[in-house]
Amino acid sequence: MSDVIRPTRTAAFETRLKKRYAAERRFKAMGLGAILFSLLVLVFLLVSMTINGFGGFQRAELAVEIDFTQNAITLPSDNVQPDVAMRSLELQGLSEIVAFNAERSLGADGAEQLNPHAWRLVAEQIVADPDILQSSKTFHLPASKNLATALGKDGQVDLQPLAQRLAGEGKLADRFDPGFLARADATDPQLVGIWGALKGSILTMIVTLALAFPIGVLAALYLEEFAAKNRWTELIEVSINNLAAVPSIIFGLLGLAVFLTIFPNMRSAPLIGGLTLALMTMPVIVISGRNAIKAVPPSIRDGALAVGASPVQVVFHHVLPLALPGILTGTIIGMARALGETAPLLMIGMRAFVANPPDGLASPSTVLPVQIFLWSDEIDRGFVERTSAAIIVLLMFLLVMNGLAIYLRNRFEKKW
Amino acid sequence: MSPAILLLLALGPGLVGWLVARRRGWMFLREAPSGRASALPTHYAWYAALWIAVPMLLFLLVWNLVAPDLIRQTVLASPAAQALPDFAMQRNAILSEAQAAARGTGTIFQPQAQDLVEPFREAIARYRLIGIIVSLLVGFAGAVWAFLRIKPDFRARSSIERGVLGLLVLASLVAILTTLGIFISLVFETFRFFQMVNPLEFLFGTHWGPDPMSRADVVDSSRYGALPLFWGTIFIGAIIAMLVAIPLGLMSAVYLTQYANPQMRKWLKPALEILAGVPTVVYGYFAALTVGPAIRDIAVSVGISNASSESALAAGLVMGIMIIPFVSSMADDSIAAVPSAMRDGSLALGATTNETIGRVLIPAALPGIVAGVMLAISRAIGETMIVVMAAGAAANLSANPLEAMTTVTFQIVAMLTGEGSFDHPATLSAFALGFVLFLITLALNFIALRVVKRFREAYE
Repeated sequence: MSDVIRPTRTAAFETRLKKRYAAERRFKAMGLGAILFSLLVLVFLLVSMTINGFGGFQRAELAVEIDFTQNAITLPSDNVQPDVAMRSLELQGLSEIVAFNAERSLGADGAEQLNPHAWRLVAEQIVADPDILQSSKTFHLPASKNLATALGKDGQVDLQPLAQRLAGEGKLADRFDPGFLARADATDPQLVGIWGALKGSILTMIVTLALAFPIGVLAALYLEEFAAKNRWTELIEVSINNLAAVPSIIFGLLGLAVFLTIFPNMRSAPLIGGLTLALMTMPVIVISGRNAIKAVPPSIRDGALAVGASPVQVVFHHVLPLALPGILTGTIIGMARALGETAPLLMIGMRAFVANPPDGLASPSTVLPVQIFLWSDEIDRGFVERTSAAIIVLLMFLLVMNGLAIYLRNRFEKKW
Repeated sequence: MSPAILLLLALGPGLVGWLVARRRGWMFLREAPSGRASALPTHYAWYAALWIAVPMLLFLLVWNLVAPDLIRQTVLASPAAQALPDFAMQRNAILSEAQAAARGTGTIFQPQAQDLVEPFREAIARYRLIGIIVSLLVGFAGAVWAFLRIKPDFRARSSIERGVLGLLVLASLVAILTTLGIFISLVFETFRFFQMVNPLEFLFGTHWGPDPMSRADVVDSSRYGALPLFWGTIFIGAIIAMLVAIPLGLMSAVYLTQYANPQMRKWLKPALEILAGVPTVVYGYFAALTVGPAIRDIAVSVGISNASSESALAAGLVMGIMIIPFVSSMADDSIAAVPSAMRDGSLALGATTNETIGRVLIPAALPGIVAGVMLAISRAIGETMIVVMAAGAAANLSANPLEAMTTVTFQIVAMLTGEGSFDHPATLSAFALGFVLFLITLALNFIALRVVKRFREAYE
């Protein structure tokens, strides 16, 4: 009976159908698997950076108790320049006092592993709060980089017992290091900070934005609203599309060959870096800007033209304000890309060791991604965690920028 | 003069002109019998301000570029400069020092420079004064021109708008200038390189080992064979990375367009795109610190004892992961562009979804997918930081993915961040490599865009 109603459903057909459905399920699972695998890698990358980087915001510090009532140290007067006060403290033998007290609380071998810069931190605290000189206080001072490595059960074997002893006495521990966000590059991983690179990045981004945004928006307006369909326009469009696809390192070569020839003594200055990145970012802004301008309905233009506005007024009074959220979204995404860019800046010399935050647009500096690259090249084990910490700072900035772009898009996007 | 002062110098008179012209505009309005003029007061104001500020700014810009030379010439002509040494480098050093001291930005180390500080100071002051006076004259001339034309029947708006349009054109020319700048600087330096090294040997030689410390005038052409670099670039960027990115990216796109419900797609697509937003230096660090050593450990446990932690495989794998969202979004677009009638027809005939995808959608979308893959390859071979941090420096002509390999971009970085002088062939070779890279990426993009164009026409 069933043979009559469903003549095609033979046993062979059923098995074939089962196979086909199984293939279908496998295929679907593979698709989901591909996405999940990609996301898994992303999560793994972010989590491993975060776990590693967490330690980068800490450093091994030794607890040293100093009783200043035993020593007749004074500050020159109340309102004196900080560097003069530091100098005076140095002349009064503060470094010896710190060394002596360190030996008393840590033992001779422990005091040897105090960071050579430690007394400067004590001096800074005294300058900030002179009342310390009337009391006894426990300072948490950075350990030497070797002891810091030994605390992580790594590095020199002969230092590990000492590290364990001091850690057992509670005098050596990894403590949160707020100075990491305030200092600049250094040769000692215990003393490095990210502020120098961050400031360089901010200055570079200011130059990039100041150049790429106006040029990009004006070019987008021209191409979308005014340009006649001719060979010149086509040439401009082709070169913008090409520039958007040129590898970033080529822009570095351009910066090296052109900008550094014009300004030879501005190697590794944020100005040159910003110029180079602006050329790279501009096509991104033009392309996203054109899409935003295209999305403004023609009726708005017609309405404005009908009441007597000139084409330029139509564009600047009506089209541009309406397209601005879209343009800003594209700009922020382009800036985020520029902020993470490393290769072109290596070309124009921003890989130099810069121990002070840059003073201005023309002073040598480095930027966050280049700093990450430089630290990742360091042999010293202490730099591994610092590199991850710097990566976290960079990713945080990118997260904020992209979040802002998404917010702008959702908040101001209009459906016409 | 600092840029800020220059700007103020030009904007001040511009503002005055703006205010004065606006007053005149109001006057025209009041006096006109109909109560209307040919332009609004602010239009007159902007017209005058532009005619004053723009010529002044242009003049100051040019002046700032030529003034240092003029100052130097004047000082050299002064009696105090007669005692300077003839040797150009020494003389320039002294001059620079004296100039810096005269500006108050440097200190004197050489005694001869001390005598020149005073002439420098005088020359700087004199030329600054000349600059300010001439720029004011220029501004005045602009003002005279503008105010002669500001009359009740003058259409100021269209004049301003011509200026605005000119600005727009200038802004769009920046793109052409940049392209030209890249092309010319690369061609120029490449030409200099090929004067020292035989181009054929560069393109087809198999030994890469430039020595930046060797003498620049004795060039050993046989050390500049870039074939291993091209091979490394292709092997890492176009083979290993694509073996990762194409299947994963394509499958992701298929799942997102054909299987995922809208809610899922709304979350999965942006999440996937985060992969493209992570900076390359972070990927490089990930490849060097995590993936490279892991691959080495696996290789050693399998029995390959000479595996190193810097390998083509590590760089290629991570690069492939970076490219996934790129391939995925290109494939997404081209699958979505296939008319739904084709899909529905296939499903109506009883094909399962995966049969429809495999036999109808992908073949129809193939040109777009191929174009996307070409763009992805051009992206991968231009990628720098991952290979710099994870692929190694050895120029190997081998197909073993576990070996360290070097790429074009790596060598560009290596040649230009060393200590070599700018005239050395090793430094110049970076520009030749850059030129090759530029041409290849350009060609890939060009072909890809062509393919996409042709494909789109097929269904419209």
